[in-house]
Amino acid sequence: MTVATRENESRTDLLNLYREMLLIRRFEERCNALFLQGKIPSTLHLYIGQEAVAVGVCAALRPDDYVLGTHRPHGHALAKGVTPHSIMAELYGKVTGCCKAKGGSMHVGDMSVGMFPAIAIVGANAPIATGAALSAKMRGSGQVVVAFFGEGGSNEGAVHEAMNMAAIWRLPVLFVCENNLYGASTPVNQIVAVENVADRAVAYGMPGVIVEGNDVVAVREATRTAVERARAGEGPTLIECKTYRLCGHSRSDACNYRTREEEAEWRDKEPLTWLARVLIEERQLATPSDLERIEAEVEAVMLEAIAFAEESPEPKPEDALLHVFWEDK
Amino acid sequence: MPVMTIAEALREGIREEMRRDPTVFCLGEDIGIPGGFGGAFTVTLGLSDEFGHDRILDTPISEIGIAGVAIGAAMTGMRPIADVQYGDFLFCMMDQLANQAAKMTYMSGGTVKVPLVMRAPVGSTRRGSQHAQSLEAFFTHIPGLKVLAPSTAYDAKGLLKSAIRDENPVLIFEHKLLYGSKGGRSEKGALTAVGEVPDGDYVVPIGKGIVRRAGKDVTIVGKLLTVYRALGAADELAQEGIEAEVIDPRTLIPLDKEIILESVRKTGRLVVVEEDNITHGWGAEIAAMVAEEAFFYLDAPIKRVAAPDTPPPFAPPMEEFYVPSVARVVAAVKSLF
Repeated sequence: MTVATRENESRTDLLNLYREMLLIRRFEERCNALFLQGKIPSTLHLYIGQEAVAVGVCAALRPDDYVLGTHRPHGHALAKGVTPHSIMAELYGKVTGCCKAKGGSMHVGDMSVGMFPAIAIVGANAPIATGAALSAKMRGSGQVVVAFFGEGGSNEGAVHEAMNMAAIWRLPVLFVCENNLYGASTPVNQIVAVENVADRAVAYGMPGVIVEGNDVVAVREATRTAVERARAGEGPTLIECKTYRLCGHSRSDACNYRTREEEAEWRDKEPLTWLARVLIEERQLATPSDLERIEAEVEAVMLEAIAFAEESPEPKPEDALLHVFWEDK
Repeated sequence: MPVMTIAEALREGIREEMRRDPTVFCLGEDIGIPGGFGGAFTVTLGLSDEFGHDRILDTPISEIGIAGVAIGAAMTGMRPIADVQYGDFLFCMMDQLANQAAKMTYMSGGTVKVPLVMRAPVGSTRRGSQHAQSLEAFFTHIPGLKVLAPSTAYDAKGLLKSAIRDENPVLIFEHKLLYGSKGGRSEKGALTAVGEVPDGDYVVPIGKGIVRRAGKDVTIVGKLLTVYRALGAADELAQEGIEAEVIDPRTLIPLDKEIILESVRKTGRLVVVEEDNITHGWGAEIAAMVAEEAFFYLDAPIKRVAAPDTPPPFAPPMEEFYVPSVARVVAAVKSLF
């Protein structure tokens, strides 16, 4: 497992990473509360606990690089630069949402910042990512594409076809497996016979890298290496980030398939706690009051996003007829 | 004017569009391998000589991958033409077509487009059940896909060009017995559907049907091979004094309803002919549409001529029984008088 050195990162850099992860955490917590209050009609798959993956990966990308998310996409979208306002409005089902209320939680995206509409069929984003990478290569754009999927998604045939095609054509694409140990309720050791999903990379002829997925700096380092390789025309990389979904699979999940002890163990090394420990204790680059200041900034953004969503208009029922075809405006 | 087969007309259409627009490229299995087939029915034969193997891209046998790659490329500035060896393999990539390509524009609130073309051969041709189905109706039921069914060389080139320039996912179904493929890829029982095809650029608009034969007594609607079965039936019926009008919609989605309704208002009778299984089929949809919108013009029940509800059989006598014949169309029409 690669562990990043923590000597070169500046205070500003690490605080920015902390802020981005906190934005996702607080966004998801707000979503949960708003769902329980009946204000968000959309079902939710929360990203709590996995923030270091999305933030670490996207921190290594250019603005014009592409990201393809999953049914759990809020973290991917926020990390790639989709505004919290437009995502929140989407979850509220408002016309100002990033998908004009046509998508909901599982399809948030904004191509203008490189975030594909999220793809909620498990594994189905991988071949589309390979296609975007083929396009980048054919157009000579230098763009890199990232497909996120879980250890559960890694078993889909679509992922197999996508990784093979990316490898034979040496395409600039990163397959980022967020191994959060459970596919809905099913534990990884029941569905993967090898120790690591990344072990499969050798079979495709691409590097397989295993990363401590709750360490945002380590994730960024591994991604940077893979991105350099991709931009140099050397082809794809499979990166497996070992992480943990701190909440349930979806809103209705009480997590009775795992122990409270296991959850407590992972909570102790969750991404924000991890980075706070590095910032305050290990490297003494920040004080608790620095983190409190960031907390207040993020809180202000959340309040603005929620107000924007609540004040935005609902779609007309017959707007359901729009956008079936591109010319249906 | 040059005379071409459908396979040749499609090839010329692809060639002209690839010359015109550098974002157009082809991908598929066995489409450009030197010494290979040029696709299962020779449509892409020789194109890699002009455009190279980056733009005539041979893929692994990975139908999900082919569809997904086409979608991803289309969403990021390219205009892929995906070649499906046999239409039956569309089922392998159904998620990519039905959940991804068809819905991407909609679920993004109209912010992304997916300008891809997918070409697929259909029709029962002595290959048994898994290389024979006529699958058009499955895809006409998925909002977000356009579905084309050219039956002549002129339409094949013109509709292909419209499809390539369209901003939506477009499926083009082609009939194996109409390609006019030559050499080792020629088909037993094929029609010689050669026709005049102008040199250079022209398009056939998506959504416009055509009257293949004018008549006043009965309307016969067919698509692909069944257009020719309908025309054969019309010849026989004319001997008996029944003047059949034969309509070829050419585009299944969006459908030129008016050309069918206008004909039925004139003739008062409708027979729909298709090679797909009859139940819940395309013919049922055409019949329902006419029943809803032109019921009071009808002088007789609407008839469907289609394949029975079985998989396509192999042995020639059973296959001939399965596929709608001229005789069955004639019998259906005569039952209305």
